Amino acid sequence: MSYIAKPKFHHPNLPRNSLGLTRRDYEGAMSTLCAGCGHDSVSAAIVEACFELNLPAHKLAKMSGIGCSSKTPTYFLSKSHGFNSVHGRMPSVATGANLANNELKYIGVSGDGDTASIGFGQFAHAVRRQVDMLYIVENNGTYGLTKGQFSATNDRVSLGRKGQKNAFDSIDLAAMAIQLGASFVGRGFSGDKEQLVPMIKAALSHKGFAFIDVISPCVTFNNHNGSTKSFEFFRDNERSITATDYIAPREAITAEYEEGSVIDVTLHDSSRVRLRKLDANYDPSDSAAALQHIMKHEELGEVATGLLYLNVEDTELKEKMDMVNVPLNSLGVAELRPDNNKLESINKSLR
Amino acid sequence: MIVNDFVIKFANVNGSGSASANALFAKAIFRMGVPVAPKNIFPSNIQGLPTWFECRVNGNGYLGRRDGIDIMVAMNPQSWDEDIKAILPGGYLLYDSTFIREIERDDIKTIGVPLTQLCNERFTIPRERQLFKNVAYVGALTGLLDMDFDIIKGMISEQFRGKDKLIAPNIDALELGRNYALKYFDCPLDIRVESSDAVGDQILIDGNAAAGLGCVFAGATVAAWYPITPSTSVAEAFENYCHKLRIDEETGKKKFAIVQAEDELAAIGMVIGANWNGARAFTATSGPGISLMSEFLGLAYFAEVPAVLFNIQRGGPSTGMPTRTQQSDITACAYASHGDTKHILIFPSDPTECFDFAIEAFDLAERLQTPVIIMSDLDLGMNEWTTKPFKLDETRGFDRGKVLNAEQLDEVEQFGRYLDVDGDGIPYRTYPGTHPEKGAFFTRGTSHNEYAGYTEDGSVNVRVMERLVHKFNTAKELVPGPVFGQDTQGSTMGLLYFGTTAISVPEAMEMLDERDIKIDTMRIRAFPFSKEVEDFIDSHEKVFLVEQNRDAQLRALLVNECEIEPAKIVPVLNYDGSPITAKCIVDLISEALGKNTEQVGSNTVAAE
Repeated sequence: MSYIAKPKFHHPNLPRNSLGLTRRDYEGAMSTLCAGCGHDSVSAAIVEACFELNLPAHKLAKMSGIGCSSKTPTYFLSKSHGFNSVHGRMPSVATGANLANNELKYIGVSGDGDTASIGFGQFAHAVRRQVDMLYIVENNGTYGLTKGQFSATNDRVSLGRKGQKNAFDSIDLAAMAIQLGASFVGRGFSGDKEQLVPMIKAALSHKGFAFIDVISPCVTFNNHNGSTKSFEFFRDNERSITATDYIAPREAITAEYEEGSVIDVTLHDSSRVRLRKLDANYDPSDSAAALQHIMKHEELGEVATGLLYLNVEDTELKEKMDMVNVPLNSLGVAELRPDNNKLESINKSLR
Repeated sequence: MIVNDFVIKFANVNGSGSASANALFAKAIFRMGVPVAPKNIFPSNIQGLPTWFECRVNGNGYLGRRDGIDIMVAMNPQSWDEDIKAILPGGYLLYDSTFIREIERDDIKTIGVPLTQLCNERFTIPRERQLFKNVAYVGALTGLLDMDFDIIKGMISEQFRGKDKLIAPNIDALELGRNYALKYFDCPLDIRVESSDAVGDQILIDGNAAAGLGCVFAGATVAAWYPITPSTSVAEAFENYCHKLRIDEETGKKKFAIVQAEDELAAIGMVIGANWNGARAFTATSGPGISLMSEFLGLAYFAEVPAVLFNIQRGGPSTGMPTRTQQSDITACAYASHGDTKHILIFPSDPTECFDFAIEAFDLAERLQTPVIIMSDLDLGMNEWTTKPFKLDETRGFDRGKVLNAEQLDEVEQFGRYLDVDGDGIPYRTYPGTHPEKGAFFTRGTSHNEYAGYTEDGSVNVRVMERLVHKFNTAKELVPGPVFGQDTQGSTMGLLYFGTTAISVPEAMEMLDERDIKIDTMRIRAFPFSKEVEDFIDSHEKVFLVEQNRDAQLRALLVNECEIEPAKIVPVLNYDGSPITAKCIVDLISEALGKNTEQVGSNTVAAE
């Protein structure tokens, strides 16, 4: 099926952001995913987050691999450049793009097959390099486009659509990301916009590798009884550890909280993240504790969600590589090419 | 007496510190103005296995590899028997006479220098005793071959500038060997080096260093690579030259980014991501890396993203002979990836062309919005060559190709990423972040229409695929054209060759000429083949094609792409991992013509 353009007309009184844009300006082509697909809700959350952040869409690039999730960048931000690469290799393309121009924001959208199987190596190394991007995995535990095979994030207790058993333990991508050194790690649920949108806003304002594992049920192949990635299972077993408020630069904080129940973190662009601890013992700046917390919930058959780990101290790729402040793609002959005298002295040194 | 025309070979143990002494010897000859071609013949090993350094010295500038050794410096007991066998009758054996050796040939002349004994007496530190043995045999050779001793002493001072305390013991070691030779042998030998002006303004450099330098001058800012022999030194040279030439004076920060990727897949992915985003980016790899990069090359071809690759070819298939040379990745590169794909290949034949073609490749990749693969090989990449100095045309800018900026986008009614506006098959592209409203598109490996939208409409796909062929035909006019050799001979026979074979062809032609075999020559420098290549084949009855692979891969490409009668092109092949010799070319052509190969002479020494 070819792509479907969305009609452009809209209500004249739609709310506008500080750029004078409406939410419609952040939308993309009509989705061709199954009706009710969790991924469409994630696309909607990205649209909402970018609208609320007043981001100019053309200063953002969308990167993806292959699979249902990787198709979604067509369905949001049509004024952004997009790059649908090859299966499991989006991290390297995003890394290269980032090296060429660090001034754009990058959203990578991937799936559990794309990230936890074929692209596991590239994912690990993008995290390790602290590529400045938001990396979202739309995690449904199944291969949708090839009609319902188990993926590596499918839990061992989870049954297939026809009752098939899964012999292997799942890979927890959020735990993986923390262990590999991602500086921002969250987990959300496609059905919980209240939680997801502020988390995306905070991630887009963060400098460094921001990872969000979004449980995004596949209504066609993995939403049955016995699946641990179904809407119903997730609603019953989700355990939100933190609630995230995103506070824009210069925005006042009005709500009052009991002492010790919130943590405020200032991000690189001077916006703030206010984490309301729903579990009083939780410390999102401690990676070992975060991992322990995730595993504790996993043992109970629950899924920990919220902003799980945040480190604003680490540097991102460009700083680690000691690159100039201007984007490399803005440099021309004058900045890049040594003159003939330099070449002559090189010739001389080779005689 | 033989002056400035011999092959000397050094047989050493890998990791024993011989490489720098051997390089010193070769450079000293070069400094005397005599053309020289040093070659490392090394194992895939860090320490302990046999390694050789072969050096052809030729006043006429015939610097292709030549079989038969005139002087063997045999320093490795492991390969002793084999090394003695390789010496030509009447040739010389220089060896460490501290140890008693059985020498079973009486048709060679032996020069025993007690190198171990001399160094043990002079030096106290064990490592010094080992290292200076190498310097001492170079010293002995300066006496035996009548080399300019001031030149080599000057080079030692140059090399250790800043570490001055190393100068005296090195010169000491040189003199140790030299004085022994002068005292005990009739110096100089009947083979010797005489100062000359045959080198002229040429330089001595390896192809990989030249390629790395070329990338700096080409404006490359991103390099992503994964270590693999024999390509590693391209990335390393780029890094070294960037540190000298690309540090921002004000901030001290880097105007470049070099990533040692986790594998070749990631390396090419980064290159494609960076090029897509408007930075000039490249990778360097070898055959196995090309296999891994193939899926991404298909994406770059179809989505029309520029990319520059250096393939420093080695012996295949599979892991093959990682430290030997071949030209055996032509098919794999020309048609890399599944589906109908074709890629631009460029064949440099010396380090100067590695530099020039690096600059050319970035222009071509961006002009044509497609991958360009520079097909070097181990012989060119990792050995130092006597080659023309680098030149830069300062009036020439970077050709960034058809890229629309914000103002140009404002003028465009409707931007279509894959629209053939100019009729040359090359569409217009935009970099991300250019314009708030116009010019954004979705780069994809899925079939797409002229507006980059996904399509499963077969007729649209055919249209796009045909435009890609049209673009590839446009490339024929833009890639480096062929170079004619003796096209004036008006022979009915032609000879085609490419890449490092070039160094052996003039000598082969002279040898054939002596046999009264006249052949016109043409050096192919790129794929797709320009019309001149087709014309050359058309205008000759029989065409020989010299290749360093088993399957005559370039021949297959010519037959396939130019619809040439296969029988017309006679393959001349060498694929034993050693660079092709003039004699091999002559023998195979003579054999094909039914002439007695024995009459053609065993080497140029005999011919003189």
